[in-house]
Amino acid sequence: MNVTMFIPCFIDLLYPQVGISMVRILERLGHKVDCPELACCGQPAFNTGYWHESREVAGRVIEQLHDAEVVVIASGSCGAMIKVFYPELFAGTKHERMAQELAPKCYEFSQFLVDKLGVTDLGVSFPHTVTYHDGCHSLREMHIQEAPRQLMAKVRGLQLIEMSQTVCCGFGGTFSAKFPAISTAMGDVKCSLAEETHADYIVSSDSSCLMHLQGLIDKQGRSLKTIHLAEILAPS
Amino acid sequence: MNPHARQFNADARRLSADLRHRGIINTALNKYAIKRDEKKALFQDWEGARQTAAEIKWDALSHLDQNLEKLAKTLEARGTRVHWASTAEQARAIIVGIAKAKNARAIVKSKSMTSEEIHLNDALEKAGFEVVESDLGEFIVQLRHEAPYHIVFPAMHLTRGEIRELFQKELGDAPSDNPEDLTLVARRVLRKKYVQADLGITGANFAIAETGMVSITENEGNARLTAALPKTMITLLGIEKVLPRLEDLALFLPMLATVGAAQLISGYNTLYSGPRQPGETDGPEEWHVVLLDNRRTALLADAEQRDALHCIRCGSCLNVCPIYRNVGGHTYGTTYCGPIGAVITPHLRGLRDWKHLAYASTLCGACAEACPVKIDLHHRLLQTRRNSVQEKPRWWEKLAFKGFAVIANRRPLWRYFITQGGRLGQRFHPLVKGTRLDPAYAWTKTRELPPIAPQSFKEWWRNRS
Repeated sequence: MNVTMFIPCFIDLLYPQVGISMVRILERLGHKVDCPELACCGQPAFNTGYWHESREVAGRVIEQLHDAEVVVIASGSCGAMIKVFYPELFAGTKHERMAQELAPKCYEFSQFLVDKLGVTDLGVSFPHTVTYHDGCHSLREMHIQEAPRQLMAKVRGLQLIEMSQTVCCGFGGTFSAKFPAISTAMGDVKCSLAEETHADYIVSSDSSCLMHLQGLIDKQGRSLKTIHLAEILAPS
Repeated sequence: MNPHARQFNADARRLSADLRHRGIINTALNKYAIKRDEKKALFQDWEGARQTAAEIKWDALSHLDQNLEKLAKTLEARGTRVHWASTAEQARAIIVGIAKAKNARAIVKSKSMTSEEIHLNDALEKAGFEVVESDLGEFIVQLRHEAPYHIVFPAMHLTRGEIRELFQKELGDAPSDNPEDLTLVARRVLRKKYVQADLGITGANFAIAETGMVSITENEGNARLTAALPKTMITLLGIEKVLPRLEDLALFLPMLATVGAAQLISGYNTLYSGPRQPGETDGPEEWHVVLLDNRRTALLADAEQRDALHCIRCGSCLNVCPIYRNVGGHTYGTTYCGPIGAVITPHLRGLRDWKHLAYASTLCGACAEACPVKIDLHHRLLQTRRNSVQEKPRWWEKLAFKGFAVIANRRPLWRYFITQGGRLGQRFHPLVKGTRLDPAYAWTKTRELPPIAPQSFKEWWRNRS
């Protein structure tokens, strides 16, 4: 399969290892991967209410991705933007049809492996106790819940302990800077829930959530660690 | 920044760092969540029930005009006086007018968020009437001169000890902080009030167009006493509460109990169909139903957001909202708090003054998932943000996003901007980090920034191919 990757800005710059892991996994599975030079998906402007400015950026993304066979997005949040929100953002504009045609071709990474490729066992091991954070966009916009868990279930040595509540990490994009006190409180609650599981790692499919949690963990000197699912699944 | 937004920010900052507050709210709501899920599991098909409820509400609102006329006609047929109030002011004037005409000396009231919405108690007290809230939680917050903290649990922010102190101070009677003892204190006070009152005011949970009935749900029997003992009864009803058929309650009553209070069915569900009829021995001699619009029809006219009128005021969106759970109910500064409050307050009280509530959300969607009538709450917040920008963008934000669009669409510039710009910024960041000069202060005050990778993904990809 010809896979076109969408690498979000924060993975490009802050967590390249996440994107590199995905490329390695997909290539190892025999797919041809392309990573075109794309800009931002437009979510920061969209979520802040600047839909016009968001369309200016997102319109180019749509045009560049339109001919792809499948698009794999390295984040549930950007994935939700492209797959779920583009059709709404472009309703009544010249890109409307392109947005609708693009949506069914888009997958978040874990969703692509499990739901599209039917792959759950990547033959890797990760001998640690982990807990999984469902990014809200992955969970409630993309409806991804089982795929990452199926993948983790096949990782040798990995023990998954679920948190007692499914709750937002408090990042929320610009929310984290507009309402830092609430954002921090939410992150605190999340870290405490993760600590209750006695896991070594918080695993997620969203680097932006992990950036927020790791930022808090480092500042507060907590012993938790964060890791993206793709980094666990990548061949060593 | 407008005063409402300023107040929200200040209170949110204070309360989200208040671990005692967080503990009280989380303990209460975690217990609720366990019981709610037990009750939800008793539904054969909870998702199907939600879908049906949403469809009934949608249908009821799509024929609101006919349903309201039918309701008024069937109510009037049994001797009820129906009043139509377009605004909060009109509703207050109607109710104060009835109180004056009846020469009421004492007024007892059961729980009604709609009465909070129109600030009815203030209006009645200004007109010289004594009003006593009879719902225990409302009674407690009234003694504290506070607004309800939650749509369903008005005094959830208080500990037993605080309630005991309050009763000791205000009522001179509080034998212990045992909930039963405290309830008995309130009961002794309230029983006298019911007997003295010549006017009872209630809210309503649902109204049935077909049969001309008002349905009131409660757990303490206080609404029944409020309705039954005084000679005159007034019911304040938001027009969105009308349901077409009596049989609709077979779904809505257990649903409201389940998500509202984690009960299979509420303690008392009473249908009122008229004042005392000839030959009957009890009930009020007169019953007035005040139908309140107060911008609900304006919300109905908003094709995108009208599902917000589905709301049955169960509070379940508050209970799962991580913002509500950290900032509490009073921080919102308006009658309806939590996600539903953030959605409807801009409609009821003005977008410009209340748009900040729409931004105070991570758009996590827990609210929409919890809503029994499937209001798409977090997407409504997104639309509210868009509407507020269309109405009046912030100039600096507009400029920033314009700049973002220009740079992002020029790939080499974008690449350079985020990669080299980021690295440059990181190099100089330690000079100002943690100080007020730090452009990332909002983040770095409580969180570390991740280091920028020496080789970005795109650099890796280019080198490789």
